[in-house]
Amino acid sequence: MTETRIAALVGLGILLALPFITPAYFLHLLIQILLWGFIYTAWSMMGRFGLVSLGHGAFMGIGAYVPALLWNYFDVTPWLGIPLGIVLSALLGFIIGYPCFRLKVVGHYFALVTLALSQVVLLSIVAARDITGGSLGMTPRSIGHSWYALQFPDKGYFYAIALVVWLIGLAVWRWIDRGIGREALEAVSDDEDAAAAIGIDVTREKLRVTIISAALTALGGAVFGQYLMYLNPETVSGIGVSLQIVFAAIAGGMYAMLGPSVGALLTIALTEGLRVWFGANFVGAANTIYGILLILFVVFMPRGILGWVEAARRPRGRAIAST
Amino acid sequence: MDIFLFEAAINGLLLAGVLALLTLGLNLIFGVIDVVWIAYADLVMCGMYAVYWLFAVFGWPLPLAFAVSVVGVAVLGVFVHLLIIAPILGSAPINQLLATGGLLYFLQSFATLLFTTDFRNIGVRLPVLEIGGIYISYSRLLAFGVALAGATALYLFLKRTYIGTAIRAIAQDREIIGLMGVDQRRIYLITSAIGGALAGLGACLLALQYDVHPFIGNTFGPLIFMVCVLGGLGNMIGGFIAAFIISQIIAIGGYYFSTELSYVLAFTLFIVLMFVRPQGIIGR
Repeated sequence: MTETRIAALVGLGILLALPFITPAYFLHLLIQILLWGFIYTAWSMMGRFGLVSLGHGAFMGIGAYVPALLWNYFDVTPWLGIPLGIVLSALLGFIIGYPCFRLKVVGHYFALVTLALSQVVLLSIVAARDITGGSLGMTPRSIGHSWYALQFPDKGYFYAIALVVWLIGLAVWRWIDRGIGREALEAVSDDEDAAAAIGIDVTREKLRVTIISAALTALGGAVFGQYLMYLNPETVSGIGVSLQIVFAAIAGGMYAMLGPSVGALLTIALTEGLRVWFGANFVGAANTIYGILLILFVVFMPRGILGWVEAARRPRGRAIAST
Repeated sequence: MDIFLFEAAINGLLLAGVLALLTLGLNLIFGVIDVVWIAYADLVMCGMYAVYWLFAVFGWPLPLAFAVSVVGVAVLGVFVHLLIIAPILGSAPINQLLATGGLLYFLQSFATLLFTTDFRNIGVRLPVLEIGGIYISYSRLLAFGVALAGATALYLFLKRTYIGTAIRAIAQDREIIGLMGVDQRRIYLITSAIGGALAGLGACLLALQYDVHPFIGNTFGPLIFMVCVLGGLGNMIGGFIAAFIISQIIAIGGYYFSTELSYVLAFTLFIVLMFVRPQGIIGR
């Protein structure tokens, strides 16, 4: 345990020192890795319990668009807009989750319902093109460096924000992992009926992680919007985003705390590497490779890289759940 | 009745044909044998590119280009089964969805890599029929007819032939079917080939009406899964009715509000119906 703690402190120290020694380009990559790592972690909070959502684009979209719209049209500070987006997203998670879990919409049916949800949000954003800019996207009104508007031309600020947000994600993960809820949810994902029979409130347990996951994803979307200062329905809510989340979480390993973050590191390193290697001529090269890798991971290594490392380190450890 | 509304309703009816046609193969794969090809619409995209290249670029005659595309996508379907589905057939369907999600990602990106994101058109436009001021495109009429014929043929095939019966049986119990003297592997391969061929057929008729681009699958993919589930899995007639309902919502909603909002309406209806009637509109 102390070993892990020391490793964690050293890792945190490195993360804190990085912005002072890396050039702006790498800082940009690091911010993206942290933010995506956070969103992937949020997704995995559901995914690890068999709740595979293809609808996280919906939560990300709400998280990103609500504060931006409030800021542009009503001068509402993101300090209010972001919490509102998070609340709305959590509410949507509840509205979609409650009937799903009550009526036992599980597995690939759950994935299809959430896929429809992300389409609803995506198309609503496009349909409201008079205020959201539709498919062309929108830009939050820029007023330069401002705490009030959460706009910082200097990337260092966003690095700090992304780091805090990412650590929040890990803390929440740990909180769920340590709580009684994890045992319950693991039982539920193994056998829902048996879990219900021993007195687990299946709906409540699932709903809890869904709402947490939706809320955190909205926060991730919001910070992304503030950082990039550009929102596009396709890049925050499209089916591509949902699959990207799934891919990275699976590749990194959605059963380990740092797995999704490893997934983020991997995908962004690969994207950037290919971009530098091939140049901009090969649009789609990275995603082509992701597609193949996703198939390979699902078929051969469904527990992801970290899951595989852990299993290799503990050859006779805990039995690995099937499916 | 308002003539434009009427035209919208007619167009909805014809869109139903397109959706029903695209749903046919999916209904066989997803509905009957319970294998999830989330990339089904992207196989259609591959077929459309095949038609485009063979006909518009290499100058093959259109019927030949169509035939080769249908066969090509059928072969693709077999490969999808052999390479992706077969290794994980025994695990939860969600894994099939995710693995074919990888295929979706791959096909879209690879098509972008090969063909760029340009919209390509095969340059064949069938004439437009005019009845009393209402315009109906022949290509949509054709899609409607082929969908209807295809649904009937598929229904008869599943109900009346030995292989059809085996395909339906395999959906009910994968373990026991071997004991009945049916070669499971062969049935899965045949079903995948038929499913692929139907995707190819859809591609041919779609190529007559739409430009092909790498992301065209996203336009139809989610929609046809909705149609499939709404119609009741494996229910060809139900699929037709569901296609009709969804496309009327889209067409008439598009007339009153906007196209996107009518899609929002259709997807919302799907979500609600999933809760209210998970067995589909018709039920089993």
